[in-house]
Amino acid sequence: MSQLYSFLPMLLQGLVTTIQITVVAAVIATVVATVCGVIRYSGWWPLRAIVGIYIEIFRGTSCYVQLFWAFFVLPLLGVTLSPFAAAVVVIGLNVGSYGSEVVRGALKAVPRGQWEACVALNYSTWHKYRYVIVPQAMRLAIAPMANLMVDLLKITPLVSLVTISDLTYEAMVVRQQTGNSFATFLTILVVYFVLSSAIIAVFRRLEIHFSRGAETFATNKEAAAT
Amino acid sequence: MTFDFDFALQVLPDLVRGFAITIQATVGGSVLALALGLAFALANRSENRLLRVCSGSASEFLRRTPLLVQLFFIFYVLPDVGIVIPPIWAGILALGLHSSAYMSEVYRAGIEAVPKGQWEAALALNYHPVQTWRRVILPQAIPPMVPALGNYVVLMFKETALLAVITVPEAMNTARDIGNSTYQYTEPVTVVGILYLLISIPVVLALRFIERRVHQEAA
Repeated sequence: MSQLYSFLPMLLQGLVTTIQITVVAAVIATVVATVCGVIRYSGWWPLRAIVGIYIEIFRGTSCYVQLFWAFFVLPLLGVTLSPFAAAVVVIGLNVGSYGSEVVRGALKAVPRGQWEACVALNYSTWHKYRYVIVPQAMRLAIAPMANLMVDLLKITPLVSLVTISDLTYEAMVVRQQTGNSFATFLTILVVYFVLSSAIIAVFRRLEIHFSRGAETFATNKEAAAT
Repeated sequence: MTFDFDFALQVLPDLVRGFAITIQATVGGSVLALALGLAFALANRSENRLLRVCSGSASEFLRRTPLLVQLFFIFYVLPDVGIVIPPIWAGILALGLHSSAYMSEVYRAGIEAVPKGQWEAALALNYHPVQTWRRVILPQAIPPMVPALGNYVVLMFKETALLAVITVPEAMNTARDIGNSTYQYTEPVTVVGILYLLISIPVVLALRFIERRVHQEAA
């Protein structure tokens, strides 16, 4: 165990990479989920179909296969991305495809009367979303989004298989050098557990923040569940 | 660069053989996850506080840590403590453990959805707890869970690709091997992706169909 301490800087470096990938991929996933979710909910049909195909491809195949494809096939097609860029784009698109369904579900759960009220009040599209729809949909989307972000963190170890030295990659190196599989893997399991718990805690706070002043929160949540 | 169809056809039989192992691992992992998930769900409802806390934190830990690291843990640590099992079994164990934590939540929701009157009726008829669960609660709780449990099986099916890293010769591993020996990654990896879609899309459609049926019956 004491042997492991001398390898701590390596693991910390890996941890930084893991956090960087998680944050950048999370931003990409959120943007993709929002845009695709809105298109899926209310889009011009050819656009809706294209987004639908993207979602089915990313949800129907393994993330490992997607990552491998981005690493070995894209360069042959003439698209050369750095390992980091390829990793965050693939993970972002993968989680974004699941997230778009969350966004679509949340928009669908906003009662019809709210949409009609915006028309009645002659709101512009921007005002409609900014002041009426988004504040209500946001509350419903946060809890499932928290789960997706934990899932995102949990697929980042895949990048260790395509040459990125994240936490898992460094752990494999430490394991080979110390021969202590148990302590090494237990350490990073605990680190991942703490990171996941932190994500969940942040989203709980966000949920409380966005639910402020919402009397119909419970009933809306039930509507989203069905 | 072009896609070499002849080469893709040539490697297809090997990849399909790899998929047979992918499916074996999925089935094995699912059986384990379905059983363990139910065990977790029942333990979470137990009257014994210690059992409740243990199973609750174990399933929470499994849910909040990455499958790949769990897989490495099982694959590298078990032999250290003298338990030597074939890689495929280590894979099935990791897949089953990871999914069981998610499935226990599905079971929990399903069990909670059984009306309270059913419990009271079982009590009124002086049913033994085992009889209550087996004859009254579970038969009503499980059918509505099928779509949700099925979704987790599909998710596991995609995650089996990870077993490639612990030397299980499943589809992804086969594709990597072909790529390593021929320097042609495009065809094998693309074919594996398409095979995944060919299996997962019909299953997902079937699950949606079942889901609609279940909702219709409930309505």
